[in-house]
Amino acid sequence: MKNPSVKKLLERVKPHKGLLALALLTAVVSISLTLLIPVLIGAAIDNIIARGEVYFEAVAQILLYIAVAIGGVAVCQWLMNYFVNVISYRIVRDLRRDIFRKFNTVPLSYTDTHAHGDLISRVINDVDAIGDGLTQVCLQLFSGVVTIVGTLIFMLAIDWRIALAVFILTPLSLFLAAFIGRLTHRTFTEQQVLQGEISSYVEEHVGNQRIVKAFSYEKRAYEGFEEYNQRLLKVGFRAQFAGALANPSTRFVNALVYAAVAVFGAITVLSGGLTIGGLSTFLTYANQYTKPFNEVTGVLTQLQTGLAAAERVFQTLEAKDETPDADTVKPDASCKGNVKFEDVSFSYLPEKPLIQHFSLDVPSGCHVAIVGPTGCGKTTLINLLMRFYEVNDGRILLDGIDIRDLGRDALRRCYGMVLQESWLFRGTIMENLRYGNGNATDDEVIAAAKAAHAHSFIRRMPQGYDTVVSEGGGNLSQGQKQLLCIARAMLTNPSVLILDEATSSIDTLTEIRVQKAFAKMMKGRTSFVVAHRLSTIRESDVILVMKDGNIIEQGSHEELLKKGGFYTNLYNAQFAGQE
Amino acid sequence: MFKLRRFLDNYKKEVIIGPLCKLFEAILELLVPLVMANIIDVGINELHDAGYVLKMGGLMVLLAAAGLTSALFCQYFASKASQGAGTAIRSALFRHINSLSYAELDKLGTPSLITRITNDTNQVQQNIAMMIRLLTRAPFIVIGSLVMAMTINLPLSLIFFAAALLIGLTLWFVMTKSVPIYAAMQKTLDKIGLLSRENLAGSRVIRAFSKQKSEKERIDNATEEFEKIALRVSRLSALLSPVTYAVTNIAIIAIVWFGAVNVNAGNMHTGDIVALVSYMTQILLAMIVVANLVILMTKGSASAKRINEVLETAPSISETETNDISIIENNRTPKIAFQHVHFNYGDGDDELTDIDFTIQKGMTVGIIGGTGCGKSTLINLIPRFYDVTEGAVFVDGINVKQYGFERLRKQMGMVPQQSVLFSGTIRQNMRWQKHDATDEEIVRALKIAQAYKFVEKLPDGLDSRVEQGGRNFSGGQRQRLCIARALVGSPDLLILDDSFSALDFATDAALRRALAENTQDMTVIIVTQRCSTIKNADLILVMSDGQLVGKGKHDELFESCEVYRDICLSQLSDTEVRR
Repeated sequence: MKNPSVKKLLERVKPHKGLLALALLTAVVSISLTLLIPVLIGAAIDNIIARGEVYFEAVAQILLYIAVAIGGVAVCQWLMNYFVNVISYRIVRDLRRDIFRKFNTVPLSYTDTHAHGDLISRVINDVDAIGDGLTQVCLQLFSGVVTIVGTLIFMLAIDWRIALAVFILTPLSLFLAAFIGRLTHRTFTEQQVLQGEISSYVEEHVGNQRIVKAFSYEKRAYEGFEEYNQRLLKVGFRAQFAGALANPSTRFVNALVYAAVAVFGAITVLSGGLTIGGLSTFLTYANQYTKPFNEVTGVLTQLQTGLAAAERVFQTLEAKDETPDADTVKPDASCKGNVKFEDVSFSYLPEKPLIQHFSLDVPSGCHVAIVGPTGCGKTTLINLLMRFYEVNDGRILLDGIDIRDLGRDALRRCYGMVLQESWLFRGTIMENLRYGNGNATDDEVIAAAKAAHAHSFIRRMPQGYDTVVSEGGGNLSQGQKQLLCIARAMLTNPSVLILDEATSSIDTLTEIRVQKAFAKMMKGRTSFVVAHRLSTIRESDVILVMKDGNIIEQGSHEELLKKGGFYTNLYNAQFAGQE
Repeated sequence: MFKLRRFLDNYKKEVIIGPLCKLFEAILELLVPLVMANIIDVGINELHDAGYVLKMGGLMVLLAAAGLTSALFCQYFASKASQGAGTAIRSALFRHINSLSYAELDKLGTPSLITRITNDTNQVQQNIAMMIRLLTRAPFIVIGSLVMAMTINLPLSLIFFAAALLIGLTLWFVMTKSVPIYAAMQKTLDKIGLLSRENLAGSRVIRAFSKQKSEKERIDNATEEFEKIALRVSRLSALLSPVTYAVTNIAIIAIVWFGAVNVNAGNMHTGDIVALVSYMTQILLAMIVVANLVILMTKGSASAKRINEVLETAPSISETETNDISIIENNRTPKIAFQHVHFNYGDGDDELTDIDFTIQKGMTVGIIGGTGCGKSTLINLIPRFYDVTEGAVFVDGINVKQYGFERLRKQMGMVPQQSVLFSGTIRQNMRWQKHDATDEEIVRALKIAQAYKFVEKLPDGLDSRVEQGGRNFSGGQRQRLCIARALVGSPDLLILDDSFSALDFATDAALRRALAENTQDMTVIIVTQRCSTIKNADLILVMSDGQLVGKGKHDELFESCEVYRDICLSQLSDTEVRR
């Protein structure tokens, strides 16, 4: 089969050459012994002739050989099985690791635009299918090849003409199987794609049960699921049945070959070219010879599922990585936090320009606030600053160095960031807080939690700092999650602080206290704050008012109010609705 | 595994006919050697007739064709039953998951549920197909061979029983040992799913903290663990076929030896030994199939257990629908009433203590208070996401426990804290509340929610794609779409849980004005941190530490309620408050 995934899979088998050789060796030993044992049994029976005519010594001798051979077969069979499993599970492990690593090296636009459930399905289901396919193929292939070679030798020794006929005819069944395989390949691909879609659907609708319940949407969510489910039933049935066609078909072809050999052989016997005993042995071997072909097609379903899965997995593995770090410039150990935008342009989609020719100079220690209507590019600015996305044009400098010349890690280590969407992982609160700074002592963690005003609610939780946060932080309120994220950022002691709507769900009293803690911590350091509550940014050195990707006003709170422009409108809007 | 039997109920026909077809095929296969014997005995030895040989060859082709047909039927039925049952299991799982309440969902976790719906169900499905295809043939051959052995020589057939017993014990041993390991394996798979999900959702934070390396370690550990467990179980299951092989062949040695003794004593013929040996070989071949089946089944039964675990989880809140509740339309009946409500999550202190208030129809009510004070908890009691621990909640004068879920929730429009949209189009997302909403209704809701302006600008308007979670919209846009979603269908009661947090003040104010103009009869509950948002509400509830510390209008509360005054003054200057 000329499938590119096959080649890529073989690449992955390559490093396990040693194990592969061992598996092959054990296969050779166990199968040749298996083929030998019937011969030995025959020899033993030949020594049992009739009443009083049994040569016990000879029989015992041969039976002993058989016993040894059995031991050899058993051990080698076990070893072969084990080696094959080691190979396929190691490949499974490496595939999972690689996809996973990929998640963290692709540009964010990749994870932003791919359904997560589908990607998870690739890690779980598709890799599993590859593993199953690999194990089956290896097991069948090894014993198959050895059996074929072995029986062929025996058959050639008996009658080379019939042997040749068998040798040539039997692979016909493989062509048939391959043909069926090619016809059904699309169905198998479709099946894996549907699996991914089902995962996505479940991820969305089970992950957001709150909304589903709030809208009494259960029935319709179920209907939507059923739609996918029924489609999967159709496709799955087609795939399974089509895949299962191959085995009976090959067996049919092989039965025909067998019949042909029987007839042809019998006629040869009639013309005196072969003895009856020779024919019967021959047929036994012919039977053995065709078996591997049957068995390979027997696992064709798994094989095809595996191949279709491999395509999806490699698709992810081959996604383009972020441009690698230039890493030519080592940043100062103590980053000062001078940030400069020089004529920066950026857009997510080429046809929809967002930020154009944006310039801004932020000296060290300056507190910058960014306000503006939603969708004006505030978060985009942060994305660029953090190098989550790269500028299309112009450059951003940190302490005079183009941030593209800094390694991403080095750059990001200068920043402390709190985002509006507070992300926590499944683990204790202590582990979550230590995320950015693994060396922090318990006391330091608690101090940060106190500064972020998270200490009191943490203490009230069932196990305090050892309470496990469920995935996504389901057992905490939005505001509490934000407080934890703030504490987490405080622990990293950054040179530049970036807050993107970081306090939107925290009550204003707490917010003011948290801000005081930030102010103390950020004295002399640069900060960028995106906020809607104007009360929270009044004290900033510079307020940037953004609209449609551009800065339209700039200045301190008082200056901007005096100007009577967009900011003033924004500010007064909070009191609107009262007139 | 057997608990899942009911999912095959609709496929009784397939489950019975499928194996019968297989059995028929097996019988046909057994006939082939007899035909062969005829060729040799009659065709060659007696008649020396090539014509007879050809005729018999034709018979063999016929047998093969009949075998092919019945095999195809078997595959058809196996595919149909297994895919059908798999689909039914997925449906049942999804439906059951929908009926669970938050507490159970938090415990099971979304990634694990995804794995169970996809991967585990696949395992069970494969199992069913295998059982239909293989399970009848093997026992048929084993029992047939045993019976034949007994007719040949009763004492010697004891060896058969001993061998069968030994193989049975091995099967049992391997099965009981490997089921728990497979269960552990699926659990690690859950973990890998969880890690994938976290890494995808947290990609920004992970990069911001430069934690790619430690995330890699976490996944490396998980995949390593998976590999180890998988190999542990494969070492065990790889035992099956060698042991079966060894046992049967040792039995053959015993047959030959004791047969030799018998022949020597004149109790049996050499031919009997040959026959016994060949029956033993038949059993061996059948048992190897059984061994492979057992490996599959152990894996499947671990999966079946995990599926059952979900299906057997009972929802902690269940509907007690009394369909005949009649709401007395009476203007004096309050829309919502809390009577001395206490609530806690099962362990720990009360989240809510003695909450008591009433809301009249058409009122706009603001709920304000610090982070984690219980505002959202209180809101969650109205649609009965949780049950009160003490006291009662009434909607339209009737205890919420007496409503069916849909009846209760359909009349409410909920806007949750986290603005999540579902993949699909904007129109589909807008039809969550009312599935047949017209474009006019949708546009009206979008206009009130201040979302129409940007939706209108999208190239595809209402048909614009929404990516999973709504990631292709900014936080503020998403929030407005979520508000619009709740407004479609004009619910009686609108609950906004801190739903303005990502909106700038101008939009916030415009939205509130539009709401006030368009929703005269609607009862509106607004949970918020901003006091400007609720300054003009008909009733303001002030929460602190799970207690209601103030209820009334802005002016009264500002004078009488210290908590409220503090909140207001933290956001606005003294003059602003009085504006």
